[in-house]
Amino acid sequence: MSDKVLEVKDLEVDFSTLNGTVHAIRDVSFDLNKGETLALVGESGSGKSVTVRSVIQLYAKNAKVTNGEITFHGKNLLELSPKEMDKIRGKDISMIFQDPMTSLDPTMTIGKQVAEPLLVHHDTSEKEAMKRAQEVLKLVGIPNAKERMHNYPHQFSGGQRQRIVIAMAIIDNPEILIADEPTTALDVTVQAQIISLLKDLQKKIGTSIIFITHDLGVVAGIADRVAVMYAGKIIEYGTTDEIYYDPKHPYTWGLLDSMPTLGLEGKRLKAIPGTPANLIDPPKGDAFAPRSEYAMKIDERLQPPFFKVTDTHYAATWLLDPKAPKVTPPASIQERYNQYQKLRGENDG
Amino acid sequence: MADAQNKDRKVAVKVRHLKEYFNAGKKDEVKAVDDISFDIYEGETLGLVGESGSGKTTTGRSIIRLYDPTSGDIHFNGKNIAKLKKRQLKDFRKNMQMIFQDPYASLDPRMKVKDIIAEGIDVHHLAKDNADRDRQVADLLKKVNLNPGFANRYPSEFSGGQRQRIGIARALAVQPSFIIADEPISALDVSIQAQVVNLLQDIQEEQNLTYLFIAHDLSMVKHISDRIAVLYKGKIVELSTTDEVYNHPLHPYTQSLLSAVPIPDPEAERNHKIKTFDHNHPFKEGEELREVLPGHYLYCDEATAAKYA
Repeated sequence: MSDKVLEVKDLEVDFSTLNGTVHAIRDVSFDLNKGETLALVGESGSGKSVTVRSVIQLYAKNAKVTNGEITFHGKNLLELSPKEMDKIRGKDISMIFQDPMTSLDPTMTIGKQVAEPLLVHHDTSEKEAMKRAQEVLKLVGIPNAKERMHNYPHQFSGGQRQRIVIAMAIIDNPEILIADEPTTALDVTVQAQIISLLKDLQKKIGTSIIFITHDLGVVAGIADRVAVMYAGKIIEYGTTDEIYYDPKHPYTWGLLDSMPTLGLEGKRLKAIPGTPANLIDPPKGDAFAPRSEYAMKIDERLQPPFFKVTDTHYAATWLLDPKAPKVTPPASIQERYNQYQKLRGENDG
Repeated sequence: MADAQNKDRKVAVKVRHLKEYFNAGKKDEVKAVDDISFDIYEGETLGLVGESGSGKTTTGRSIIRLYDPTSGDIHFNGKNIAKLKKRQLKDFRKNMQMIFQDPYASLDPRMKVKDIIAEGIDVHHLAKDNADRDRQVADLLKKVNLNPGFANRYPSEFSGGQRQRIGIARALAVQPSFIIADEPISALDVSIQAQVVNLLQDIQEEQNLTYLFIAHDLSMVKHISDRIAVLYKGKIVELSTTDEVYNHPLHPYTQSLLSAVPIPDPEAERNHKIKTFDHNHPFKEGEELREVLPGHYLYCDEATAAKYA
C-alpha cells in the first residue's frame, strides 16, 4: 500500500478577485497511494475542490498556482504544457463531478460520450471504442446497455447519469480517479448504489481514488485515509479509523460533533460557533482558533506545524505540542475513542 | 386519524385526502401528491421525508396555498383553507409562514434587510409607526442571533447561514403559530447547519410554534422531529413517532431508505447492509394508510394490517 501514485507538495493557489487576492490553498501537501481511497473533507471554501482541480489543472482563469509541485510518474504536472496535460487528463487521471446533468453533453448520445476518451487518446477505431463503451456501461450497471447507448442524457435518471459519467471516467482504466462530491446531488438510496459501485470498480481495476465530500457519513464507508481541510489547509490526516475514533484537531472534533447521528443523542446539537475564515486576509495563526474554545495565546500568533500522533496520523494543532496544557476532548469524542478501544479489544479476543 | 395515543392533543393542521395533480386530466398528468391525510399537533415538529420527486415540497406549498389543491381539505385553526380565494388568504398567511431552502434565492438582493424582514409587518399593518417597525426588526434580528446593526445592510453582505437567519426572522415577523421549513439547512455547511437547527428549536420552545420540517437529510430530521411522515411517489407510506419510524420501520420503502443513510462511524459502515426496494411494483391493490399499531400508520392492505393487530 505504500506505492505512491501522486505526490502533492507545498501547493499554494491564489485567486484574484475584485475584493482582493483570495489565498484559497495555503501550503497543502499529501500523497496518494496505489489502490487506496483518500477522502478530502471540508466545508465549502476550505479548498478541497481547488486542490484536486490543481491536479488536473482545471480551474478558473483568475486562479494562479504560486508555489508547489504535483508529481505524477516522476513529472511535475504543474510544469507541463497544456498539450501534455491534455494527454494525461481523462486518460491517466480522470474526474467525476458533482452534477451529472451538467457534466454530460445533452446533444450527444451517451455511447459516443462514453467512448470519447478512447477516440481522443488512442487511435482506436470508432467501432472498437463503441464496443468498449458498451462494456463499461454494463459494468457500471446500465441495463440494456446495447440499446441505451443510443439514448441521450435526458432519457436517464440522475443516478443513471452519474453511472454514465463514471463509465466515461473509467473507460481508459485511469490510475487516478478524482470524485468531487459525486453523490451530493443524489438521493440517499442512489448515493448508496453509486458508492458501492465505486468500491467494486476500485477492486476490479485497481484505481486510486481521491474522494471529495463534506459528508462524514459517506467518508466513513468509502475512505481508507482521510484528510480534513480548513481555510485552505489540511489540518489533520490519518487512517479513517484514526480520524473518526481518535481525532486530535478541535475542528475535526467540531465537525464530528455537529452531526446528529450516533449514540449520545442529546437534545441539542453542538454547533461550531462563528463562520469560516476570510481567505483574503487569512489569520496569522491557526485559522480555526477564533471559533475554537480550545484556542491558546500562541494560536493567534503562529501557525501550528504538523505534530505526529502515529506513523499515519498527523494533526496541525498546538494542543499536541509537549508544552501545551493537557486538554480533555469533548465527551462525545472520548466516547468514540472508548467505543473503538472496546471494539478492538473484542476483535483481538 | 385522531389516534388513541394523541386524543388529548390539539391539532394545529389537519390534512385530509389532499391531492395536487399537475396538468390534471392531460396526457402528461403528474400526481405529485396523491391523496394524503395527516395531522400536525400543536407545538410539535412533524418531519416530512422522502426522495426528490416524492412530493414533499409540493405538500408544503399546497398547505400554505402557494398551489391550489386539486382536491382535499386542509384545516388550519379550525377553518378549511383548501378552497379559500386569493383575497381571503392574506389573513391566514399571517399565522402560517414558510422558510425556504435556498437562502440566496429567497431574499431580494435589492432590498435592505430591515425591509425584507418588515415586509409582513407592513402588509398586515403590525407596526404603529416607523420607530415601532425599527424596534420590531431589531428584536427579530436579536432573536435569530444577528446584530441589530445589520438592519440597513443588503443580503449580499451575508453568508449563507446568516441569510437563512434573516429568512427565519422574516417568517417570525408576523408572529405565526405554524411554520413550514422546506429543506432549511440543506444549502448550508455542516458546521452552520447545527447552528440553524438549534435556533429553530429554541424559537419553537419560546413561542410554542408548530413546525412542518421538510428534508431529505434523514439524520437531521430524526434529530429535530417528534413524528415523521415518509412520503413516496406522492403517498404517505408510513407515519409515526420518530423513535418508531427509526427503530421499527414497517414499510419496506422506509426500511430501504433508512438502511441507505451513511453512518459517520467506520466500524458501523463496514457492517452496513443496504436493503433494496422494488420500485417497479411499489403499491398493491387495496392499500391505504392504516393505523396498525397505536399511533403508527402504515400504507398497507387489510391483511397486512391484521398481522399487527
